[in-house]
Amino acid sequence: MDYIDPHIHMVSRTTDDYATLARMGCVAMSEPAFWAGFDRRSVDGFRDYFHQLTDVEPKRAAQFGIQHFTWLCINAKEAENVSLSRDVIAMIPEFIECPNVLGIGEIGLNKNTKNEATVFLEHLELAIKYDQQILIHTPHLEDKYQGTRMILDMLCDDSRIDRSRVLVDHVEEHTIGEVLDRGFWAGMTLYPVTKCTPDRAADMIERYSGERLLANSAGDWGPSKPTAVPDLIFEMRRRGHDESLARKVVYDNPIEFFSQSRNFSFVPRDSGSESDS
Amino acid sequence: MRAASQILTESFLDVRAKLLEVAATLDRIDRSADEEESLSPAAQGQREQVDAAIQILLSQGPDRAERLQKLFSRDYDSSWRQDMKL
Repeated sequence: MDYIDPHIHMVSRTTDDYATLARMGCVAMSEPAFWAGFDRRSVDGFRDYFHQLTDVEPKRAAQFGIQHFTWLCINAKEAENVSLSRDVIAMIPEFIECPNVLGIGEIGLNKNTKNEATVFLEHLELAIKYDQQILIHTPHLEDKYQGTRMILDMLCDDSRIDRSRVLVDHVEEHTIGEVLDRGFWAGMTLYPVTKCTPDRAADMIERYSGERLLANSAGDWGPSKPTAVPDLIFEMRRRGHDESLARKVVYDNPIEFFSQSRNFSFVPRDSGSESDS
Repeated sequence: MRAASQILTESFLDVRAKLLEVAATLDRIDRSADEEESLSPAAQGQREQVDAAIQILLSQGPDRAERLQKLFSRDYDSSWRQDMKL
């Protein structure tokens, strides 16, 4: 089954992973800007990173027939540095018209501090100004419930935000209901220990019929499994579900959500057209 | 939709393995503590959370996973914006 991974950090993966993902059916991916494992010290560090996201990674992906899209921001962890964050936010427009940029992300909260919330709100202003979609990072572990509620408060307090153009990622059992009830899209992250498993994601798909749900691997520099989305497809089959339900979550829904970005130039494998990326 | 018996039979070995991990961890904690030692306040808090989590597992209801998640979560206060002056 062809699938799209809507949240994966390929800057931290070797080219071998692109080869493996292509063989497992990945036809496109979306890579949000994230924390690299260390705090960057200058806006130029982010400028180089955005060059990697908008130029280097699409070329690397294209070698294996994978279409690569990306999102731009300063992530929630580094957002604690408000001064640097403002410099990065001011620089983002340099890259916003790059052909593979889908929007602003992954913005959110980390430890749910005032500085993080301040920078989050300034990212929202940027997204609104440039009419961009938004991809949200919700915090990990014990911070997730509180942080998700705070994020939803900020999004819902602003009537300019079109909730149908916002993806709230890393949902779990205690946050998915609130996200979907308030009209946002929800992403389930199949990441060992700190997030969700394919089995629990399949449970949530069954409970919510796959509506406005996406699943991703968030493969990164930590202990992660970039092939986790095929694991979910396998689990859905093992439970006896129609292929259409798994396909809805791993292919149709990403296309429907990302098609709201003017730069989503995805070409399906069987369209007979050459990919632009 | 699979029958309850089918789900239990298919999941049994996996659940058994995960429960054994929890049991072995609790045993490991007890073995490492000498008779005089008590847990640090932070560790005691974690132990109480684990005990409360086990009680949730023993309870009835379709939302054990959600209740377990909230047990391990920081509280949400709707007045956070006023508190942070944002």
